[in-house]
Amino acid sequence: MNIIRDKIQLSADVFQMVVEAPLIARERKAGQFIILQLDSTFAERIPLTIADADEIAGTITLIFQAVGGTTRKLALKNTGDSIENLLGPLGQPTHLQNFGRVVCVGGGIGVAPLHPIAQALKKVGNHVTVIMGARNKDLVILEKQMRAIADELILCTDDGSAGRKDLVTVPLKELCAGPNKPDFAVAIGPPIMMKFCAETTRPFGVSTVCSLNSIMVDGTGMCGGCRVTVGGEMRFVCVDGPEFDAHKVDFDNMMLRSKAFKAKEQADHECFIQEYGAKK
Amino acid sequence: MTNKERMAIPVQEMPAQDPLVRAKNMQEVALGYTAEQAQLESNRCLQCKTAPCISGCPVSIDIPRFLGLAAEGKFADALGVIREASLLPAICGRVCPQESQCQAPCTLGKSLKNPLLAVAIGRVERYVADNCSAELPLPTIKPETGKSVAVIGSGPASIAAAADLRQNGHAVTIFEAFHKPGGVLVYGIPEFRLPKAIVDREIDTLRQIGVKIETNFLVGRTRKLKDLLTQDNYDAIFVGTGAGLPKFMKIEGENLVGVFSANEYLTRCNLMKAYDDGRASTPIYRSKKVAVLGGGNVAMDAARSALRLGAEEVSIVYRRSLEEMPARQEEVHHAQEEGIHFRTLTNAQKILGDDQGRVKAVETLTYTLGEKDASGRRSPVAVEGSEAILEVDTVIVAIGNDSNPLLRQTTPELSVDKRGNFLVDENGLTSMPRVWAGGDIVLGAATVILAMGQGRKAAASIHRFLAG
Ligand SMILES: Cc1cc2nc3c(=O)[nH]c(=O)nc-3n(C[C@H](O)[C@H](O)[C@H](O)COP(=O)(O)OP(=O)(O)OC[C@H]3O[C@@H](n4cnc5c(N)ncnc54)[C@H](O)[C@@H]3O)c2cc1C
Ligand SMILES: Cc1cc2nc3c(=O)[nH]c(=O)nc-3n(C[C@H](O)[C@H](O)[C@H](O)COP(=O)(O)OP(=O)(O)OC[C@H]3O[C@@H](n4cnc5c(N)ncnc54)[C@H](O)[C@@H]3O)c2cc1C
Ligand code: SF4
Ligand code: SF4
Ligand code: FES
Repeated sequence: MNIIRDKIQLSADVFQMVVEAPLIARERKAGQFIILQLDSTFAERIPLTIADADEIAGTITLIFQAVGGTTRKLALKNTGDSIENLLGPLGQPTHLQNFGRVVCVGGGIGVAPLHPIAQALKKVGNHVTVIMGARNKDLVILEKQMRAIADELILCTDDGSAGRKDLVTVPLKELCAGPNKPDFAVAIGPPIMMKFCAETTRPFGVSTVCSLNSIMVDGTGMCGGCRVTVGGEMRFVCVDGPEFDAHKVDFDNMMLRSKAFKAKEQADHECFIQEYGAKK
Repeated sequence: MTNKERMAIPVQEMPAQDPLVRAKNMQEVALGYTAEQAQLESNRCLQCKTAPCISGCPVSIDIPRFLGLAAEGKFADALGVIREASLLPAICGRVCPQESQCQAPCTLGKSLKNPLLAVAIGRVERYVADNCSAELPLPTIKPETGKSVAVIGSGPASIAAAADLRQNGHAVTIFEAFHKPGGVLVYGIPEFRLPKAIVDREIDTLRQIGVKIETNFLVGRTRKLKDLLTQDNYDAIFVGTGAGLPKFMKIEGENLVGVFSANEYLTRCNLMKAYDDGRASTPIYRSKKVAVLGGGNVAMDAARSALRLGAEEVSIVYRRSLEEMPARQEEVHHAQEEGIHFRTLTNAQKILGDDQGRVKAVETLTYTLGEKDASGRRSPVAVEGSEAILEVDTVIVAIGNDSNPLLRQTTPELSVDKRGNFLVDENGLTSMPRVWAGGDIVLGAATVILAMGQGRKAAASIHRFLAG
């Protein structure tokens, strides 16, 4: 049992929860994630990045977007409620190094997993530029926290309601082409965004890492459901990743595989609406 | 009764659900003997002085003694005899490959020239375990020793080790990565072959005798193996983490949508109960035509699960012949009865997809059997130009498992062989002081009873170490 200590709504459908998990808080490193399950009998297991942790309080912070059955049910939970199963920390920690200039690109909910990585990269001495994008100003999350870390922050929205009216790849390209070309890039967001970030940095030879969010079951390397093709080889996101060289990832295949269970997800979603009404 | 009379008793067939009915439900296929059948079957045992059957059982159950008692109707006493050697008779009676273990050397089977006509040892074992377990008292626990042991994983190897160690008075904590204990018994072997209530009962017994079980705990990540010894003060560790790394064929198209490892398919179906469509949240693929690649127990389980999930046509694609299939004969037979197609001497060489990236067919090649290879089986040889197309919407890869690399990657002190299996001495001790291992992590994918046997052997060695 993992008690929810705090819950904040960050945007229309993005929530932040602080959850009791002392063992995970102690061991976790930037880039790692947990798998949670709301009950042991019929619930599914879903992965979420550890956005932050407090070793002394014994808590971890999760930031998630309510997109389907499980995340919506999670969003209904309140401070004092608990999450039945929480496994972690999973995955390989981020490789940290002083590269010099790094650019961290986050799209949508991808800003949540990007935050601890940007923080860690800053801590080891990098000059950090953050580019963060959202569809509109109401969907921008963690701006304040990111400003606190970043040496420079570029905000983009699709409709121009906050920051620049651009896709994140536009400022990314400017940076790469400019006088302060980054030595290293991290891109986290929807697969399509990561794919285009990879295509943007590739011609400039800027080594780029992305964090993949394939569908998972166990998170321990046992099922192979999270497999992706990287550099022509089969890799398991939960144990070999979640971070990979973005220039080598087969994003097209990954996007197809993410839609494998569309029908059931849709049905669950409708079921949820019936049960709880259309309210968020 | 004379031996002649005993031999005249026909082998008692196992009552089973009708194949057409059971192919559409998740309930257990084999229904279990009646008391009369159990007694009759036990009377077939010739009580051989040399008892060759015992040597066929990896944990050396005193088979003639338990069958003798069962033949007199003393079922609870019979169970007592089994319990001296095996802790999981309700499970082993169901899933042991008896025809290649205890029943292989059985005198009766030899004289009838068929191990399937040997005394049906496992079926009687199952009967007494199912019907008499409640009558036996909980195992007694020796006085507390003040020593503590961490047991990693909760499959049969760990269950056996934990039970023996606890009975010797040591404090035992099991650490399991999943949210439910039981290992392959809960996430792999399907409900229709091994009801989960039976596994739960064994786990409950462990809890009742005071074994602590920590689920959602991945050793190597939640805590390093070494930290359990140096910081958490466990005196010894038993590692029973199994062979949980699915092998793939390394053929074109394996990452298409609709291709699953058997582990994923079975975990979704069993552990996550995806078959219970109305209630389970975990999705499973709705398939019409399924190809299962492989010929072991895992392949049979995946194929029969797919059928129960509503597939119209399920094929086993296996590159040798029925004779070489590693699956238990009973499972092959059950699968055939249920209407699974066996495409033997056939191998997949490519998986084809549609423009949506979904599986639409498997390209196969026909094989013939050539010379015997190192494993003693005749090796399959591809027939040139025999390409054929098998239209399917789902492919399940069930060609086996390697050992999971997580623990060895996070514990450099552990020596492993080239396949990643832990190297241990004759007592199960690894290259790391105070750390023992057993089961599939040592043997590679093996059997429940072998895993259990290794757990017990390691537990005995750990006990000697802690007492010494
Ligand atoms: C390593 C990793 C870290 C992640 N971190 C975050 C995070 O910090 N915040 C956040 O909001 N989201 C994160 N995600 C994505 C999150 O896991 C999915 O949004 C969630 O599983 C959706 O579940 P659902 O039942 O609510 O929605 P569904 O309607 O079931 O699914 C919506 C979409 O989410 C994906 N998805 C569904 N089930 C799973 C599953 N079991 N595993 C992975 N993806 C799945 C599918 O692509 C699907 O189309 C992460 C994913 C991975 C793999
Ligand atoms: C589908 C299928 C069908 C089978 N059918 C039969 C059959 O009919 N008859 C038969 O005799 N055998 C059968 N087998 C084989 C048999 O199940 C195995 O040989 C046996 O379960 C091995 O036991 P084990 O204790 O070594 O490990 P497992 O049963 O594999 O259990 C290992 C456990 O350790 C956990 N774990 C792994 N790593 C960690 C970690 N780092 N930290 C914490 N926990 C961890 C895993 O989650 C798992 O629960 C079958 C196997 C499969 C997959
Ligand atoms: S444990 Fe398995 S091998 Fe041993 S007697 Fe029982 S069924 Fe046979
Ligand atoms: S070998 Fe067969 S007949 Fe002989 S004692 Fe064993 S079970 Fe009985
Ligand atoms: S989630 Fe099962 S292997 Fe990665």
